[in-house]
Amino acid sequence: MARTLTQSRFRKPSVIPGFGLTFGFAVTYLSLIVLIPIAALILKSASVGWDEFWRIATDGRTLAALRTSFGLSLIAALVNMFFGLILAWVLTRYRFPGRRLIDAMVDLPFALPTAVAGIALGSLYAVNGWIGGFFDFRITYTAIGITIALIFVGLPFVVRTVQPVLEDLDKELEEAAATLGAGRWKTIFRVILPPLLPAVLTGFALAYARAVGEYGSVVFVSQGIPYRNEIAPQLIVIKLEESASYGPAAVIATVMLALAFLLLLCINLLQAWGRRRFGSAG
Amino acid sequence: MPAEKVFVPPDYQRPTESPPEVAAIPFRQRSAVTEPVWVRTILIVVAVGFVGLFLLLPLVFVFVQAFSMGFGEYFEQLSEPYAQSAIRLTLLVTAIAVPANLVFGIAASWAIAKFEFKGKAFLITLIDLPFSVSPVIAGLVYVLLFGAQGYFGPWLEANDIQIIFAVPGIVLATIFVTFPFVARELIPLMQEQGTGDEEAALSLGASGFKTFLFVTLPNVKWALLYGVLLCNARAMGEFGAVSVLSGRIQGFTNTMPLQIEAASKEFSRTAEVAAFSMASLLALLALVTLILKTFLEWRYADRLSSSAQAH
Repeated sequence: MARTLTQSRFRKPSVIPGFGLTFGFAVTYLSLIVLIPIAALILKSASVGWDEFWRIATDGRTLAALRTSFGLSLIAALVNMFFGLILAWVLTRYRFPGRRLIDAMVDLPFALPTAVAGIALGSLYAVNGWIGGFFDFRITYTAIGITIALIFVGLPFVVRTVQPVLEDLDKELEEAAATLGAGRWKTIFRVILPPLLPAVLTGFALAYARAVGEYGSVVFVSQGIPYRNEIAPQLIVIKLEESASYGPAAVIATVMLALAFLLLLCINLLQAWGRRRFGSAG
Repeated sequence: MPAEKVFVPPDYQRPTESPPEVAAIPFRQRSAVTEPVWVRTILIVVAVGFVGLFLLLPLVFVFVQAFSMGFGEYFEQLSEPYAQSAIRLTLLVTAIAVPANLVFGIAASWAIAKFEFKGKAFLITLIDLPFSVSPVIAGLVYVLLFGAQGYFGPWLEANDIQIIFAVPGIVLATIFVTFPFVARELIPLMQEQGTGDEEAALSLGASGFKTFLFVTLPNVKWALLYGVLLCNARAMGEFGAVSVLSGRIQGFTNTMPLQIEAASKEFSRTAEVAAFSMASLLALLALVTLILKTFLEWRYADRLSSSAQAH
C-alpha cells in the first residue's frame, strides 16, 4: 500500500507494463552516454580554478575564435533565413517543373556527411576551382569560405520549420484581406508574415546553433589562422593536442556549451511563444 | 419651398461616364491571392538557383572529381588498403552505434509515450541535448573521461584497456552524436497514438512483450525506419566527434570521413581522386538516404509523426 502511494506520486498508475524496465534503461543509458561525460567536462573545467578559468576564457585568442564562430554563424543564419523563407514560399505556393526534386534536395545537408560537403566546397571555391576561378579574391581559406560552409550545414532548418506553418495557413484570410482592399504586398506583410514569425525565428535559431558547433566542413575550407579565421571548435582541438592537461580545452568547451544552452533556451521560448500566439510553431 | 441644400465636398468630382479602370482590366483577371508572374518567376529562379549553387553543384562536383581519372583509377583508389580499412571501420562502428540507439529509442519512447510521470518534458529535453552540443565537444568529453590524463585514464592504462585512439572511443562518440535520432521520431508519434490499442491487447490477455511486438511495433514501424535511416546517415558520416579521439592512424582508426581528410592533405592527383572517390561513396549513401526518406514521407506521411517533416 505504502509503495503504490509513493509510486503514484511520481507517475500515474497504468495497466501497461514495462515502465520500470524501459524508464530505467533509458535513464541509465542517457546518463552513461551523455550526462556523466558532460558532467565530467564541467568538472574538469572547474578544476582549473576560477582565476585560471577566467584567464583562458577571456584570452585574446579564445575571444577571437568565439567572435569568429558566433559572428560568421550569424551571417550564415541570416542568409539562410532570407533564402529559406523564399524557398519555403516557392515550394508551398508555386507549381513548377522540378519542384519535388528541389523539395527533396533541401534535406541534403542532413544526409550528406560534413566532410564530403567540406571537401567539395573547398575545391569548388579554391582559386582555381569551378566557382572560385570567377573571383579575383580568395574564398577558400578565408572567412567567406567558412561562411559558405556554414550556410550549407544550416540550409534546411528555416525551410523545414516554415514550410508546415505556411501549408496550414488559411487561404481565406488572404482572400478576406484582398476583399477588404489590401494590396498583395500589404497582405503579405500584414497577414501572411506575422503568423510565420515564430517559425522563421525558430528556424533561424536552429540554423545558428548548428553553425556555431560545426567543425567537419569548416576544416576543409579554413586552416584556422589564430586571431583571423580560427573557429572555436578548431581552437578546442588545438588546445587538446598541444596541452598535456585537458584544462584549457575543457574551459573553452564549457564556455561554448553554456552559449549553446542559452541558444537552446531561446529556441524553446520561441516555440512556446509561437504555440501561444499562433497555435503552432513548426 | 427652397431646394434642399446638398453638401458637396470641395474636392468632389462627378464620375466620368465609364471608369477608366474597367478598360485596363485584362482579359484574364489577376488573382488577388497570388503574385504577378514576374515576381513569381524571380522568386522561383532565386530559390532554384540557391539550391543549385549550394546543394546540387557540390554533390555533382564530388562525382565529377571522383571519376576525373576514369573508372579504373576510381576503383583502384577505393581498393587501397587504407581505403578498405576505413570502409570496414565505418561499417563496424555504424553496426554497433545504430542498434544501440535503436534499443534506447524504443525504450525511451515506450516510457515517455505510454506513461504519465513527473519531469517528462525535462527528460525529452535531455534526450535532445546531443543535437545542441558541438561534435568536437562530444569527442572531447570522452577524452576527458578515458584519455591518458582523464578521470579513468590511469585505471584503464593499468588494466591495459584502450578506449581513446581505438574503436571503442570512436563507437562512443558516434553513439553520442546520433543519440536522439530514433527517439525523437518515435516519441511524438507514440504520444499521438495514445495507449488505447495496448490496453485493448492487454485486456484480451496478451503479455506486455507480445503487446509491444504485435500492437505497438506495427504502428510505428515506418517512423522507426525513418529514424534509423537518419541515424545511420549521421553515424557513417560523423567527422568532428570522431576526429578528436580517433588519433587518425591510417589503416587502424581512420573512418571514411577521416580518410577523406587524410587524402585531401596530400597534394597529388591520385590522392585527390582517393579523397573524392571515398567522398562519392558517402555522397551515394546520402542520396539513397534522401530517396528513401522522401519515399517514406510521401507514402507513409500519416504513419510518421507530424514533426517528421521539420527537424
